Amino acid sequence: MSLTKQDVKKAADLARIEITDQEAEDALDPLKKVFTLIEEMQQLNTENVEPMAHAQDISTRLRDDVVTEVDQRELLQASAPAIENGLFLVPKVIDQ
Amino acid sequence: MEWEIVIGIETHVQLSTESKIFSGASTDVGAPPNAHACEVDLALPGVLPVLNKDAVGKAIRFGVATQATINQRSIFARKNYFYPDLPKGYQISQMEIPIVEGGKLKFHVNKTERTVNLTRAHLEEDAGKSLHEDFIGMSGIDLNRAGTPLLEIVSEPEMRSSNEAVEYAKTLHALVRWIGICEGNMQEGNFRCDANVSVRRKGDEKLGTRREIKNLNSFKFLQQAIEYEASWQMEQIEDGLAIVQATVLFDPDSGETRLMRTKEDAHDYRYFPDPDLLPLVIDDEWLIRTRASLPELPESKAKRYQSELELNGPDVASLVSSLEAATYFEATLDQFDQKTIKPAAKLIANWMNGELTASLNRAQKDFTQCPINAETLSNLIKRILDNTLSTKLARLVFEELWSGNSSVDDIITEKGFKQMSDTGEIEAYVSQVIKENSQQVADFKAGKEKALNSLVGQVMKLTKGKANPTQVNDILKTKLS
Repeated sequence: MSLTKQDVKKAADLARIEITDQEAEDALDPLKKVFTLIEEMQQLNTENVEPMAHAQDISTRLRDDVVTEVDQRELLQASAPAIENGLFLVPKVIDQ
Repeated sequence: MEWEIVIGIETHVQLSTESKIFSGASTDVGAPPNAHACEVDLALPGVLPVLNKDAVGKAIRFGVATQATINQRSIFARKNYFYPDLPKGYQISQMEIPIVEGGKLKFHVNKTERTVNLTRAHLEEDAGKSLHEDFIGMSGIDLNRAGTPLLEIVSEPEMRSSNEAVEYAKTLHALVRWIGICEGNMQEGNFRCDANVSVRRKGDEKLGTRREIKNLNSFKFLQQAIEYEASWQMEQIEDGLAIVQATVLFDPDSGETRLMRTKEDAHDYRYFPDPDLLPLVIDDEWLIRTRASLPELPESKAKRYQSELELNGPDVASLVSSLEAATYFEATLDQFDQKTIKPAAKLIANWMNGELTASLNRAQKDFTQCPINAETLSNLIKRILDNTLSTKLARLVFEELWSGNSSVDDIITEKGFKQMSDTGEIEAYVSQVIKENSQQVADFKAGKEKALNSLVGQVMKLTKGKANPTQVNDILKTKLS
């Protein structure tokens, strides 16, 4: 597949990264290399290979259903730019 | 032209765990804002999710109860989107391999049995809450709910009317409470439905374009929203307009659905396996243990009550509407021997579905909080079965029991509620009534059957309801023939 500048801008938009045309242009070549690498890997015959969901072939650890956290709201909100009545305040959002 | 409505339902069921799905913060609601939002829920740098065993166990219970396939190896994925009540920028969910696949739900619509197949059920985390009202130009974010475990249950598009959709949702709601995986409080959002609705000409193979109605948190809204949406779609098509795939919201005040977003602005969620979480593996032993620990399901109980106790459909449906009701019923029934069990079952059902449920509703209580315990109710039923109490007297005893007196026999003795069974005594009252109501007696003798009822009524009045009406009837007939 051939990556275009438009693709780069779309990916940036989805990731909420603001980039200029020039930056999109500059990112194109390095990203194309990544895609070339993926294409190369896709040449390999993986017919009898079980897909993995993680690089390590082990399963997840589980924790017992116990409340272990205490209220640290004051500490955790110390770095927030704006709070009121215990709420984090953010610029008004309207769902698109 | 005949239309067919096609409905599929996605339900977000909040699993009743103590702690969150990936953190040790409490899931308790009603805490001050953000008091139950820990580092993991806030997505602070360097934190890692650790999966809650009980959330997994509850998902397995659901799968077993619906005869689904439990994937013994399932995978968590990131669903990427930006919203302030989702601090990580993604929701941890399951995509390619969910924990539960397939399964089915059986229910009744107008006495006909229906089976709806389930597509899947997957584990995911809930988001926080955004409050838009109280701040000028700002939104308030409360992350107490962020990370609460959800099981998203997806049905196949197999329902064909709003009634079917509502019965499906009610049955699912009763089931998740029955197997103890969800509190089921709909006002608090424990059980939220999205309905996918499309219409097509009857006989068409191809499905119409669907629109998804989001976040319906009552059965009434579910019904209203589907009905409005389906007729809106039919009108559009009849006017020659095409349906555009979209997500809509239901406005309970206007009873209408309105557009939220079309497919064109639909999110591109870019799902991929979450590198923070290893695959979830469930061993055979866990499945076996879950199967053994599951209570007998409502469907099986209903069949048993009908075949073994000869109860009718509506009676049975109420008795198995919750595990609490069924448990109370069985505890009451346990007090009877094989000889009286069938008439007792019918009476218990009548009292539970009538007087008792009405009183519980008035007091806003359920069967676990019932002031009359199962043994006491059984004592009342015994006195009805042995003719000590008429239905009318039994109601008076019931009122005494409800207000805290717990001995049926003491109430009968103290209040003189005992049904009159001495034939001689009843005969005396009957003779008196015959003497005082010559007109009705003449009417009856002239062939007016109805006049007899009036005479029976007179006797009942004289005896203050303590005579057995059947007995009075018999004695009257003998005396007048």
